[in-house]
Amino acid sequence: MMEPVLSLDGITKTFWDSEKSCPALAGVSFDVAAREIVCIMGPSGCGKSTLLRIIGGLDYADAGRIGQTSGNKDKKPSAAMVFQDHALFPWLTVYENIVYGLRLSVQNLPEEEIKKRAESLLELTHLNAFALSYPHQLSGGMKQRASVARALVIKPSVLLMDEPFSALDTFTRRELEDEVLRIRQDLKTTILMVTHNPEEAVYLADRIVILSERPGVVAAILQVDLLYPRDPADPAFIRIREQVTRMIQGKA
Amino acid sequence: MVLILKQRIREYGKGLALIVILLLVWEGIALLIQNNYILPRLGEILAVLLQPAAPVLGGESLIQNTIQSLKEVLAGFLCAAAIAIPFGLLIGWSKEVQKYLNPTIQILRPVPPIAWMPFAIAWFGIGFNSILFIIGMGAFFPILINTVDGVQGVRLRWIEVAETFHATTFEKLRTVILPGALPVIWTGLRVSFGVAWMCVVAAEMLPGTTAGLGYLIMYAYNLGQLQVIGAGMIIIGIIGLGADTLFRAGQARLFGWQGKE
Repeated sequence: MMEPVLSLDGITKTFWDSEKSCPALAGVSFDVAAREIVCIMGPSGCGKSTLLRIIGGLDYADAGRIGQTSGNKDKKPSAAMVFQDHALFPWLTVYENIVYGLRLSVQNLPEEEIKKRAESLLELTHLNAFALSYPHQLSGGMKQRASVARALVIKPSVLLMDEPFSALDTFTRRELEDEVLRIRQDLKTTILMVTHNPEEAVYLADRIVILSERPGVVAAILQVDLLYPRDPADPAFIRIREQVTRMIQGKA
Repeated sequence: MVLILKQRIREYGKGLALIVILLLVWEGIALLIQNNYILPRLGEILAVLLQPAAPVLGGESLIQNTIQSLKEVLAGFLCAAAIAIPFGLLIGWSKEVQKYLNPTIQILRPVPPIAWMPFAIAWFGIGFNSILFIIGMGAFFPILINTVDGVQGVRLRWIEVAETFHATTFEKLRTVILPGALPVIWTGLRVSFGVAWMCVVAAEMLPGTTAGLGYLIMYAYNLGQLQVIGAGMIIIGIIGLGADTLFRAGQARLFGWQGKE
């Protein structure tokens, strides 16, 4: 395996609810290699989102270590996050939303560079025509694409996605999944994604990390050895999907 | 286009109906009792309104009095906003600051601005500064309370987005909290302007003032000129309505995203 872009070592997190402890993660360890797509799955309440939030810097781990190969020399963020609910700023245009992260003082970029990056991402996500629109004027799929563009614009070493497409209809969802694969191809992005949907995981992931129920630990890591583009109707695809489903239910 | 216009007229018509009825009733009763010290005829009120530049009761004209009152309101309103918005951001942002300041605010808030008048005169003397203080006191709290509410209503997720991009605390305040809270702050400004407008009239009624709509009403009352009082009240009402309409139009224009995020 290549040099990992992200390595998790014994990540542990316990929430405290008025004197009652509620362990969420109990020593989660795995690596993510460059250009890899890794999906995290597991039963509800296994701490998937918490794990992503810790990597994204929105939460602290009680114990454990996160290693990132690039981006930590200065204060610039090395991971960018896409949330389930797009979380675009409704008072900014699509363009302004996309450049939000670049305009912050931590980036310290000249305006031409900002413009160049924004334009190439508008191109990539097919949002050129909507640069000056406001989020509420976009469809659900376009909002989520804008949200992906906003995250990618800072050139993160890893893109974190927390159930990014679960609020979308089936067709839009598949469209965006294909876009994720294309983005990985074009930008050589490393992606760590939480999903509830076994089909989505098998469609996208190089590897699927399955966490066990509360407290979350790595129950299994499944290598998906299928060529891209994958066909959900392919018997091999279905076999892996069923295997993943059984593993999440704890029956395998 | 014509259809929209017709619809507009019908909508406005609904609101105008009651006003017309009230005016007719007023005029009818005025005709019946024939007493200018109880109910002046509409024509007499109109006569005052139709000569806005002429001196009223030997003093300033209607326009001059209106400008005087507007000046005081704007000054008091802007001072209040300049203090209330930063404080509101701070209180909404920090639970700790809120704990220190909240009891004081809740005690001062219900005090009618006019009750400060004796203190205002003692501290600032008779005239503009005292009136400014009274208006500021009235205008302050609606802005403060709404700013606090606005900040506390900003979606946590938006703040988290800023955090994932490593925004500084000041950047979070400037790029997320302030714009996110602005629609609610705007409502506070709208309410506050209405309160300020009520305060100015009350404040000018107190001794020592020599101009303004409130002064004019009090002066006309002392001389028994009820038609001037009526004219003053109509101007106050119309300016209040105008300001409210402007604020609402601004709300729709600036914060079209509200409720659609």
